[in-house]
Amino acid sequence: MIDAFLIALQTILTGTHLLYLSGGVLLGLAIGIFPGLGGIAGLSLLLPFLFGMEPVSALAMLIGLVAVIPTSDTFTSVLMGIPGSSGSQATVLDGFPMAKKGQAARALSAAFSASLFGGLFGALVLTLFVLIARPVILAFGSAELFMLTLLGLSMVGVLAGNSLVKGLSACGIGLLFGSIGGAPATGEYRMSFDNNYLMDGIPLVVVGLGIFAIPEIIDLLRQNRPIAEASKLGSGWVEGVTDLVRNKWLAIRCAVIGCIVGALPGLGGSVVDWIAYGHAVQTSKDKSEFGKGDVRGVIAPESSNNAKEGGGLIPTLLFGIPGSGSMAVFLGGMVLIGLEPGPAMVSTDLDITYTIVWSLAMANVIGAGACLILSKWVAKLTTIPYALMAPFMIMVICFAAFQATRDLGDLMALLGIGLLGILMKRFGWPRPAFLIGFVLAGGMETYLYQAVQFDGWGFLLKPGVIIIGIMTAVSIYFATRHASNSDTNNESDDTNGADDFDNADGSATKNFESNEKDKLVQASAKTQYSIRPQVVFATAVCLTFAYGLYDSLQQSFLGGVFTAGLSALMLILSGTVLYKLVTHKPDDPVNFDNEIVAGYKGDQSVASLMHYIYWLVGLILGCFVLGYLISISLFFIAFLVLKARTSFIKTASLTMSAVLFLSVLSHVMVLDLPRGLLQDLVQLPWPIG
Amino acid sequence: MSFQPKKHAITRLMQGIITGASIVLATLSIPAQATDFSGERVEWIIPFKEGGGSDTWARFYAPMISQNLPGQPVVVVKNIPGGGSTKGANQFQRRAKSNGLNVLGTSGSTQFPYLLGDRRVKYEYQDWHAVLATPTGGVFYANAELGINSAKDLVKLRNQELKYGSQGATSLDLVPLLALDMLDIDVKAIFGMKGRGAGRLAFERGEVNIDYQTSAAYLKKVTPLVKEGKAIPIMTWGILAEDGSLQRDPTFPDLPHFAEVYEMIHGEAPSGTDFKVWKAFFVAGFAAQKGIFLPKGTSEEVIETWQNAIAKTVESDEFKSRSEKVLGLYPQAIYGDATSAFNTALSISDADKEWVRSWLTQKYNVRF
Repeated sequence: MIDAFLIALQTILTGTHLLYLSGGVLLGLAIGIFPGLGGIAGLSLLLPFLFGMEPVSALAMLIGLVAVIPTSDTFTSVLMGIPGSSGSQATVLDGFPMAKKGQAARALSAAFSASLFGGLFGALVLTLFVLIARPVILAFGSAELFMLTLLGLSMVGVLAGNSLVKGLSACGIGLLFGSIGGAPATGEYRMSFDNNYLMDGIPLVVVGLGIFAIPEIIDLLRQNRPIAEASKLGSGWVEGVTDLVRNKWLAIRCAVIGCIVGALPGLGGSVVDWIAYGHAVQTSKDKSEFGKGDVRGVIAPESSNNAKEGGGLIPTLLFGIPGSGSMAVFLGGMVLIGLEPGPAMVSTDLDITYTIVWSLAMANVIGAGACLILSKWVAKLTTIPYALMAPFMIMVICFAAFQATRDLGDLMALLGIGLLGILMKRFGWPRPAFLIGFVLAGGMETYLYQAVQFDGWGFLLKPGVIIIGIMTAVSIYFATRHASNSDTNNESDDTNGADDFDNADGSATKNFESNEKDKLVQASAKTQYSIRPQVVFATAVCLTFAYGLYDSLQQSFLGGVFTAGLSALMLILSGTVLYKLVTHKPDDPVNFDNEIVAGYKGDQSVASLMHYIYWLVGLILGCFVLGYLISISLFFIAFLVLKARTSFIKTASLTMSAVLFLSVLSHVMVLDLPRGLLQDLVQLPWPIG
Repeated sequence: MSFQPKKHAITRLMQGIITGASIVLATLSIPAQATDFSGERVEWIIPFKEGGGSDTWARFYAPMISQNLPGQPVVVVKNIPGGGSTKGANQFQRRAKSNGLNVLGTSGSTQFPYLLGDRRVKYEYQDWHAVLATPTGGVFYANAELGINSAKDLVKLRNQELKYGSQGATSLDLVPLLALDMLDIDVKAIFGMKGRGAGRLAFERGEVNIDYQTSAAYLKKVTPLVKEGKAIPIMTWGILAEDGSLQRDPTFPDLPHFAEVYEMIHGEAPSGTDFKVWKAFFVAGFAAQKGIFLPKGTSEEVIETWQNAIAKTVESDEFKSRSEKVLGLYPQAIYGDATSAFNTALSISDADKEWVRSWLTQKYNVRF
């Protein structure tokens, strides 16, 4: 082992290796900043270089590129609330509120230093772990993986806000949405309305963008302010690093979680950041700031998500099973170079494995380091008036969503989930709980079904299952303790914390000067305003579950049993929410309407909720008719002229640069932009054709 | 998966007009001089995600084909995943230009839904022109604890509980599942596996006790298990000889192929509908697993240009030195061989199609 390690070290520290590694890193960073592009960027851009290159250098370049995919998308997560990949969804939760407080630089530097640390520490853990990884991975069968999904689900408890029943219902919506498409046991199509797009299920990236990014954009547009409210940004560079040092133990724990969970094939990738985030909340004494810009909420997921990439290497190298999209790309690249993964990677080829593990760590240092240095300047983006930023952000979001499956359905799904997100935000249904449900739905059902098929119900007695079961119970215990704590100690948190992601900010900024007045408004509003909108939404949720139940009864037993059980349970829970609302107990935590709490209602300076939704609907309908490029250009012009009130020249130049950027990007990356009816009927020249 | 509804008269009229118009246009646009792609960009549609098997296959070929096409156009791979690869293929059928700059790479996962009459399939293989067929093989193996040493002992498995981790009954797993059914061996298929790799992992964990892998994966990842005494290789699917018969896989000359095993067990060579169906799916899934196609209406000249480029590629030194690691030892089918391989794979009679559909429905509750 020592030998292999020394050989690896020698390879890594040679000039050419570092050179190619840095080349890969820079290439990855340059394009990875654009959300949704990771993997495609990897292969399409790298291939011309890889071809005919010496294997070791090619490998270095490949690693450099893969390593920074989860690093560079932190920029959009923190600065704009746009999660570029599944690994950065939890980062949005606290990162974006920090940016809104004017602490973007601090959040970024904490995030990148945590990434850097997580990557390095992860590599350290991996160096030893790789030797015992094979039996560990083999010990995690379907039964254990199913239990892990339950452990992940228990995080809903801490992320549920102040009404547990609402949190669970939100999670249930996520689980139900995650079950759309082919059933794992039988392949029957559930809730897909005979629609080809829905048969494949809704892609996670689209859901993440819709549920988090769209509601934030709409909210900021309505308030018509820059992302960062504070007049002075403050560099925050050192502060972020200090934050990491102060929370070093949290970072270490999260890096270990990232490493191990990331190494489990079939689950790892998308849950790790949520488990890390939940862990941070559970183990913190003062939880009141989570979701409103607590730096620990940034450090935890970021230190776990780079360690996760390292962990993801293990099943890729040992078993040839890629744990994530970027690992799939890496695996493809390895085969092209002529390296076939397999058990030999921990015996005769151990030095190659170490070279890969430590090159990944090295690439993390270079990548996160570069981002760290950049963050000070990039943070300034948050001070730009939002009306100018918004069209670019909407362009980016639509483009990223479309990359999920390259289907117009992606844009429809984005709109649909976006609307859901807006309503959930408004009525205080916790969106993180929804997302966790969505992420875990597929794995949970598949592994439960497989575990029962493999071992019968006796799988519940396996030692691994029992251990994870106990961990889950402990996690739930912490969660309930958290809930009762916030009930007694944080009275004021009750109203604001319901959505736990942003409402507090909304109200804080609106009534910045007098908190007293704010409370008064809330108190009086609570007794007066109509709860009808909330009731309508809760009814719609109940009806959705009723449909889920109806749909599941149309399927065969194995195809429908999961959704049937889920829907039945959720009908009871969401029915409870509805009942509580209708009986109208104003003090009950289920009662929440952000329009009133944030003081939007009756405020002339805030645009109506529907106003910007119409803009969005217009854009997406435009895509169906005219194609994306024409539609987004018109959107740019209309938006800039009517909303940002820019001059003719500025409008033209901004629109032109956006269109040019998109066209060149899609050409170089061999991507189609969404085509509309127009393009199907008439042959148009590039780029609009 | 239901049969397509009858087309409306108007749609048919429209199609007629469009076909007519496109014929006129095609005649006008055929250039008189020899095909030359200088300065052009060839888009090679791969209906799968980046990093998967088909993607890797295409990216392996792309730069070499680029060198061998006249004018050395850049060949780029364009991934259009979705709908179990039907989406990209549908898009190719609908939009591809017949000037030789648009080609499609398909895999067994594209061929199977076509053979089964999946309702998502809107493409027609008969319209296209195959210029390359890449074969692979498959090896079936069992857990050593089942107490068998070779194919001869297979009958012993009849009274044991066999579990097989599968991606789905209509996936490439149709071939092993049908094969075992023909050998009268009962198997409990556990679905929801994310790829053959996941099935192999379940085998290593002891969750399932039989499995199969394609040749490359078998060599690298199962051979060590065989050496440790954990896995026993039983049979291969074989390869397709020129006369259309099944022969031993040259990569595994010691292992019997499926038809041999059938004869061992039943005492007579396989014949009848079930074997005909099995063979069609074997060819579509293995013997001609991946292929490059030019769209409908491509001129003879362009087809020939492509055929030559592929032939030159396959015969180049660079290909020979690298292909074994990426593609295995199987000979690539070019020119007429490529066409005839796919003809064998994709000409399934309506009666046979009906047979396999009802087999899948009865056995695995697949709804069409």
